Amino acid sequence: MNVIVEREKGLSALESRIAALRERDPGSDEVRQLELKVEQLRWDMFGTLTPWERVNMARHPKRPLASDYLAALDAFDELHGDRHFRDDPALSGGFAKLRGRRVVVLAQMKGRDTKENIRNNFGMVSPEGYRKAKRLMELASRFRLPIVTFVDTSGADPGIASEERAQSEAIATCLVTLSKVEVPVVSAIIGEGGSGGALAIGLADHVIMAENAVYSVASPEGCAAILWGDAARAPEAAERLKLTSADLQSFNIIDEIVPEPIGGAHRDAVNFVASMLDAVDGALRVLEPSAPDALREARYQKYRRIGAWQEDAATRAVSGA
Amino acid sequence: MPVPEWLRLRRDKDVTTEDASLWDKCPKCSEMLYRKDLAANAFVCTRCGYHFRMHAYDRVNALVDGDFVEIGAEIVPGDPLGWTDRRPYPQKLAADREKSKLSEAVVTGFATLDGFPVALGVMDFNFRGGTMGTVVGERVTNLLEEALRRRLPCIIFTASGGARMEEGMLALMQMAKTTQAVERFMSDGNLFVTVLTDPTTGGVSASFAFEADIVIAEARASIGFAGRRVIEQTIRQKLPDNFQTAEFLLEKGHVDMVVDRHSMRDTLIRVLDYAVDRKRLAPALKAVPEFAGA
Repeated sequence: MNVIVEREKGLSALESRIAALRERDPGSDEVRQLELKVEQLRWDMFGTLTPWERVNMARHPKRPLASDYLAALDAFDELHGDRHFRDDPALSGGFAKLRGRRVVVLAQMKGRDTKENIRNNFGMVSPEGYRKAKRLMELASRFRLPIVTFVDTSGADPGIASEERAQSEAIATCLVTLSKVEVPVVSAIIGEGGSGGALAIGLADHVIMAENAVYSVASPEGCAAILWGDAARAPEAAERLKLTSADLQSFNIIDEIVPEPIGGAHRDAVNFVASMLDAVDGALRVLEPSAPDALREARYQKYRRIGAWQEDAATRAVSGA
Repeated sequence: MPVPEWLRLRRDKDVTTEDASLWDKCPKCSEMLYRKDLAANAFVCTRCGYHFRMHAYDRVNALVDGDFVEIGAEIVPGDPLGWTDRRPYPQKLAADREKSKLSEAVVTGFATLDGFPVALGVMDFNFRGGTMGTVVGERVTNLLEEALRRRLPCIIFTASGGARMEEGMLALMQMAKTTQAVERFMSDGNLFVTVLTDPTTGGVSASFAFEADIVIAEARASIGFAGRRVIEQTIRQKLPDNFQTAEFLLEKGHVDMVVDRHSMRDTLIRVLDYAVDRKRLAPALKAVPEFAGA
């Protein structure tokens, strides 16, 4: 059950009443008053969201998906397969044009309906998907094409087959490859950023996050199950994990937030997707003039700085190091 | 040459005085084992060969020629998220320090193996399940950077439940941080060896553990990406016993070799001998002040 969807049900009756009235008499006071009331309600319901509500926003069935972003590009020519085993539909990639610029895109493909979700394994990428990503990252680096990634996954696929084909190695190799590519990398967290499976294509020079997207070390359900043996306490876990865009910006884990319309990105999907692509374009514009060495050095330092710890003078004295 | 305090204590201590009365039960065959016998056998069950999880310093002790110069011990954890679950995170850390006698889940430093100077990192499951938080990430990164500076080979023993939940996304980002350090280190032509011990999973297996030139799995270790329970819940059936074992990984082609703990030191020395020019390392040894006289 999605708490946002549940809450929206309260609005939908009012909205359909407005639509009916508008058809009959577009300019009437009643319509205008009702519209104001709905707007007020929307602010009351969605003006401030708890972390758990944002998790639900990120998983909203109508939320714009990677496929919507790919469709909004100037051009996209998909390149398939890992050249070893299979083409993983959970991760799509290929040549693209973004605001007139040639790029290589990589995107995690949650499905819009059950059929698509089954085909795409609910956006959970398998090792062969990460190996395809790695292949395309290298392609991009060789031909000096910036890399743009769209992150939206509950996590890397945790199945038997994925273990048999070395999921860990596949993710690790993506991370190594993104560490060494000599082109700008911009990553957009558009929905769910599920742990290592998300980071595998999310190590970037500039990380942009949709306001209501979440990015987490573990799913709130998984975290609650580990901590309290009760997945139903996920809302509490979401609170503690600091997984919202604002939290992550304060830790310098992400660089930019794209604000969403009140009620979530799906309220105005076309414009939201466009503003995310604008943000990607803006980031690429800043990064493009950098020489490859400077780019890699800045990327190294960006991640080198992440981490809070204390220096313990006493320990230092004992260890003699 | 200075011998660190902990090593002196461990060496000088007569095992029998404190530990002789202690018995350990083998989790595999239920044999009751004298702690003293167990320690003498590198913490391998004398009956069935089960490899007990090893304390980081015991591991260091069993591997190195003589001295171990620890670095990074001054890097200790904070509480960046102000985390509380059943207990506040700082209390959990304090309990782990007490239990494990460690300041964090990895020990890093310099040592020699058959005269080969190496940078050595050893993770310990006894501290927060070997999870990687900012300190593990920082110490590992620091080790690789110091090794790179001296052009020393680097060996890391992993044992980890993955990224540390209590440090949230800051923990996850250590995968990116350590990976970049590995990439820099290896691009410069230096040898990186990982030894995956029981258990190695999640964020550690999906980062530096599987990024090495040579990936060794310790016999019988459990190694994988997703935890066994997670997979069982996902597929709603029980997994075979050998799933995610070192031997399973060898068969599937994920690791270079599976090595019994008793042969670990000799195997590592042989790998170093094949891959590294001893002559090239001579100046490197002198770059570690404590080994300058060696």
